[in-house]
Amino acid sequence: MLIEFMMIFLTLVNLIILSTSRLSTCIKVIAFQGIILGVLPVAGGQFDIQLVIFSIIAISVKAILFPSMLLRTLSQLNIHREKKPYVGYGMSLLIGLGAIVLSWWISKNLPLTITPANSAVLPVSIFTAFVGLYLIITRKMALTQVIGYLIFENGIYMFGVILPQKQPLLVELAVLLDAFVAVFVMGITIFHISREFDHIETDQLSTLRS
Amino acid sequence: MFYYSIKIFLVGVFLIFFGGILSLLFWRKQKLSILVGTLGAVSGSILGLIPAIKVLLSGGKESLYIAWSIPFGAFFVEIDAISAFFLLCIFILSIITAIYGSRYLLEYKNKSLAKAIFFFNVLISSMAMVVVSANGMLFLICWEIMSIASFFLVTFEDEHKHVRQAGIVYLIATHIGTAFLLVMFILLGRESNSLDFDKFAAIKLLPSSMASIIFILSLVGFGTKAGLVPFHIWLPEAHPAAPSHVSALMSGVMIKTGIYGIIRVLTFLPNPPLWWGWLLIIVGAVSGVIGVLFALAQHDIKRLLAYHSVENIGIITMGLGLGVVGINSGSQILAILGFGGAILHILNHALFKGLLFLGAGSVVSAAGTREIDELGGLGKNMFVTSVTFLIGAVAICGIPPLNGFISEFLIYTGSFKGLITKQLDLAAVSIIIIGSLALIGGLALACFTKVYGIVFLGEPRSKHAMNVQESSMIMLVPMIILAALCVFIGLFSSITINWLKQCISQIAGIGPDVVSSQILPLSNILIKVSFAAFCLFAAIAILLFIRKKMLSAEKVSIAPTWDCGYAKPDARMQYTASSFAQPLVDTFKMILRTRKITEPIKDLFPVEGQFESSTPEVSRDYLFNPIFRVIYLLLGRLRWLQGGNIQLYILYIALTLIALIIWKLR
Repeated sequence: MLIEFMMIFLTLVNLIILSTSRLSTCIKVIAFQGIILGVLPVAGGQFDIQLVIFSIIAISVKAILFPSMLLRTLSQLNIHREKKPYVGYGMSLLIGLGAIVLSWWISKNLPLTITPANSAVLPVSIFTAFVGLYLIITRKMALTQVIGYLIFENGIYMFGVILPQKQPLLVELAVLLDAFVAVFVMGITIFHISREFDHIETDQLSTLRS
Repeated sequence: MFYYSIKIFLVGVFLIFFGGILSLLFWRKQKLSILVGTLGAVSGSILGLIPAIKVLLSGGKESLYIAWSIPFGAFFVEIDAISAFFLLCIFILSIITAIYGSRYLLEYKNKSLAKAIFFFNVLISSMAMVVVSANGMLFLICWEIMSIASFFLVTFEDEHKHVRQAGIVYLIATHIGTAFLLVMFILLGRESNSLDFDKFAAIKLLPSSMASIIFILSLVGFGTKAGLVPFHIWLPEAHPAAPSHVSALMSGVMIKTGIYGIIRVLTFLPNPPLWWGWLLIIVGAVSGVIGVLFALAQHDIKRLLAYHSVENIGIITMGLGLGVVGINSGSQILAILGFGGAILHILNHALFKGLLFLGAGSVVSAAGTREIDELGGLGKNMFVTSVTFLIGAVAICGIPPLNGFISEFLIYTGSFKGLITKQLDLAAVSIIIIGSLALIGGLALACFTKVYGIVFLGEPRSKHAMNVQESSMIMLVPMIILAALCVFIGLFSSITINWLKQCISQIAGIGPDVVSSQILPLSNILIKVSFAAFCLFAAIAILLFIRKKMLSAEKVSIAPTWDCGYAKPDARMQYTASSFAQPLVDTFKMILRTRKITEPIKDLFPVEGQFESSTPEVSRDYLFNPIFRVIYLLLGRLRWLQGGNIQLYILYIALTLIALIIWKLR
């Protein structure tokens, strides 16, 4: 029951990201997503000490560390909104609804060798990955792309949580570390880009090619 | 004892590679870098020769199988008689060119030589691995390493625009070839459910459309590397661009890995249909004639030699074709003579073409130009170079006492054997081979008369050719060794052909004992040939002796050869290379399409005149350029896909993935 609620929350939260232009809202949403994802491994009711430690690490990285780094970058940049994305917010919301349908359809047909603990986790994880990818494709701000990358990563992380017996937690931790390094580097890069060019819009950066 | 030889071989290959790495590490100290690289190449090649010679003489197989995590891949190496023969060619020429290169590279001042040494060693080790790989995946990996290493060697002087262009042409050609090979291995793998060569051979693919497709793919893919017409266009670009010892190695053995591939594929496909033989013979004849014709029209000595490689690959392919016809018609002697001539010519060509490229390198480093018409009279100052070059030239023309004659003699003999059978198709095949071989031989003779005469005889035609110095001993000794090997095979041909018995028997699929008994009458003829050669050498020696005796009493003075009654003879009045070749070039102008720019002399007292001719590559101008232009136009329509916007590219990836998921889950 708890897991179902969490999944519904995640879906709604993803839709919020699709329809908002405020960067600070996006970052808060990521923090919220991070909390839900961190709780997810232990939400099934089994209290394994290993899982609890893992859950604490995940929450501290996904819900505290990443958002605070992004907020810090945001405050340095003096930018608050995403400017003119390639696809408008209303349209994004409609596409998001389509993506929900698609991800439920995919998860229904996806042949899995093991049955997941809860049937709602798989479609939501696919949906989250779609949303992340969608943000990377349609938004112009470099910061939004980092956010998209993190959401995409969250989707993959959820997929991994469904199959705990298949995938050792060590691998998950390594992935977490990778994401951490990536966000760290991207944060610094964005800061330097904005200082150098007075904006962080990637479509204008493509003119840098010789 | 089982893996004994193969381990020695692998240690040798590793040594060569390791020498290359060391030379990179010591790149700051040029002398040391060259020394360790060359030492690695020479010692590794000598180690590698041991198992090669052992397997070549005794037959049998040595193999090593280590499983690999790559799908269908395995580290499966096997030395059989065919591999051993190619290893012999590779290692002999590698030792010689590595030693030569250690001195020749010093000509390049202000350049980092370590990378040339490194890629040279990588090239040797990857070639050696190509001919022993017994798994498709391993083979393709080694094949690609070989291509890339040789690409970096070709583009060694990348500060020149034409070198970069040559490199690009080579890179494109070799990758198109590899694409065909990839398809071929996939098809073979589909038939046999494995990429191991022994499984390929085990399925005994019967003559079918599938077998024919595989054969055609191998002919195109390997033919591109070997330089068969019309896939030869990279050869005349890449060989002049590369340093001379690299050209020698590439032309001498690297292009032969293409021939190795064709031979290897033929062993997978027993019972070849007759038309395969026909195809090989016609492709070979066309390559041979076109190659030598274009060679005749060239002005650049290394470009000319590159076209001769095309010619010789053609001769080898004709030999293979004769062998295939022999297998098909059940005529053992035809198969033995065809394949035997082909593989002996592979060895011979490695020796004399290596020698000629090294000689050209010696000339180029002394005179500083590759233009034949700017040279002249080099024989006076560069005696050793001129004599060894002459030996190479005589050998490549297939003139009796030397090795080139022996291998062509085998193919001729095989063709005449085909002619006297009463089968019409065999007779037709034989007539084509005899006719084209004779034409090739004659034109090659004209071509090398031109090269030798213009470069080494006469008077210097420009200041480049004046005051040249003979190259150092480190460069001359390798040339002398190669010349000696050419003479040795020419004189002791019956012995040499016996050494190749195991290899011939494996290619032709005939037992070694049968091969021995079939070769016996041939050996007797070859012994007579050797005897005649000895007589010739004796006659030359006697004549030289008599000349010396007669001249010793007289007073000898040196004067201009022939001044035609001119009051003031000038070196520019000499016959030039292009005028020497002009009658033949004009005869074949249909094919050659030589472009001439002339400003004819009009008045009785001429003031100025001009003549310029160039022979660009016909198949590039009339075949590949149109094809590539069409491809460019068609693909140009897809240019809108390339927006340069990273989001768009991610969208493509995402859409592709989603479409694939939906298509698979449907």
